[in-house]
Amino acid sequence: MKSKDRNYFKILRAGINTTYQDLGRNNLYHIGIPFSGAMDKRNFQLLNSLLQNDYNSPVIEFAYQGPHLKYFGKDIFFCISGNVSFKIITKESVIDGNSYQCYLLKNGDEVDIQSTNKSVYGYFSINGTFGVDYYWGSCSINTQAQIGPNNGNKFSKDLEIEILDINNSFNKRKLQYLGSTIENIRVIKGTNYDYFSKSSQDKFFKESFKITKLSDRMGMRLEGPKIENIVDPNIKSEGLVKGVIQITSAGDPIIMLSDHGTIGGYPKIVTVISADYDRLVQLTPGSNIKFKDVSLEDAETLYKLYQMETNNLISQIK
Amino acid sequence: MIKNILNLGDAALYCDFGSDVNQEINSNVIKYFYHIKKLNLKGITNLTPSYNKLIISYDLNIYSFSSLKKKIENIEIKENNKLEKNLIEIPVCCEDNFALDIKRVENKLKLKSEIILEKFFSKNYFCYMTGFVAGMPFLGDLNQEMRLKRLETPRVKVPKGSVGITEQFCNIYTFETPGGWNILGNTPQNIFDTSNQSNPNLVNPGDTIKFYRITLDQYNEIKR
Repeated sequence: MKSKDRNYFKILRAGINTTYQDLGRNNLYHIGIPFSGAMDKRNFQLLNSLLQNDYNSPVIEFAYQGPHLKYFGKDIFFCISGNVSFKIITKESVIDGNSYQCYLLKNGDEVDIQSTNKSVYGYFSINGTFGVDYYWGSCSINTQAQIGPNNGNKFSKDLEIEILDINNSFNKRKLQYLGSTIENIRVIKGTNYDYFSKSSQDKFFKESFKITKLSDRMGMRLEGPKIENIVDPNIKSEGLVKGVIQITSAGDPIIMLSDHGTIGGYPKIVTVISADYDRLVQLTPGSNIKFKDVSLEDAETLYKLYQMETNNLISQIK
Repeated sequence: MIKNILNLGDAALYCDFGSDVNQEINSNVIKYFYHIKKLNLKGITNLTPSYNKLIISYDLNIYSFSSLKKKIENIEIKENNKLEKNLIEIPVCCEDNFALDIKRVENKLKLKSEIILEKFFSKNYFCYMTGFVAGMPFLGDLNQEMRLKRLETPRVKVPKGSVGITEQFCNIYTFETPGGWNILGNTPQNIFDTSNQSNPNLVNPGDTIKFYRITLDQYNEIKR
């Protein structure tokens, strides 16, 4: 590619935990590789729909603070999903941008993604395709196992983000979306629920837990009433799935998230339902979390409702 | 051979093969794992075999718990299905700066380090499962007199290649990661190869491992 034909972003500031993500990789748990993929799947889907990209196109995920990017190339549109504050800096002006709205970028323009608001993850993409390598069918970066583009590492300053092609038939679109408002995180009782004392089981649902700073793409550690194990603080190691809440030997809950270790030996008290996973990952350290018990049948129905709601939002994009 | 199928959350089956950890139960888990993997069923998104459980993750858009449970219950596996087994030899160096916990192990087992290592290297080990981090093999069983608990406080960083023991098991740290196993040595051999996407694991469930001892010079030679 001749350099004058190149379209790319230069990273002026990397932000926190900035990585490429798509829907993740399947069928590798047995060798120790988790799904990975965008933490908040709804915001991932909305972003690709807004930009008229394929449903599994790579996007850039960031946590708390996003990257500051400078663009070089021919005209392009970008969009951001999540609850995000960002500025668009051109030669003429500096404007505050809105999430779920597409903006034009010209050669030399900058996007400064300052922060996510009352949430953890945000997403950035363009009307086109980033030049990424695929590992086991996915471009998701898993920094723990160092799998994915950029040698499996998060983005760093001065890195250049290549754009392979730009969709020229693109129309600018937007969506009014305020995010979900349900308060409790709904869970299904786990395979080791009876390892815990009756009073601890009650406390688990009646009291609230605080999300600690020890939270990342692998897991979320909680602090609150100690959950008393009356059987055995360890089980024979067995498979985990995302959303599983294990209780450590110290009596604290730890929730498995998208880059989690694939097997573990702590008893499982409950599992977060699929419909509530996107909301769970967006809860910030320091905030409180309260759990509500639902049946498996209800969880399956709630997932269908979650999918309908996502599709409904996609149909509202204009 | 599956005793019971429960749900793990709303998008995974929890297939229970028993509560003991032995090679017979584990071989049944592994047989089911390979059998279901070969069926390549659309909508199954992950299979996680472990000592005595098999977790089957699925796409909620394709299956419900009861529909997939029925499908799995109807799978018939012949008892005499042979497992494919490989014997894999892995070099380990036990020089002082690699054998991070040899002193602790000496104290706990009340054995001299040379005896500990002799016992460790005299046996072949069966691979029960791989995972936790990419490619990490869980191997067993250690002799009765070699068994001890994990470290009271886990290390924040266990060096890549570390070979550790705990209870009846040993393993190899395929990446630098936190961990609490008692480290006896280090292998220069790459156990997980990201660039080999069709077969990244050197060791797979059902395989047999033979560790052999090497000197620091040999270690550096292989590492080069």
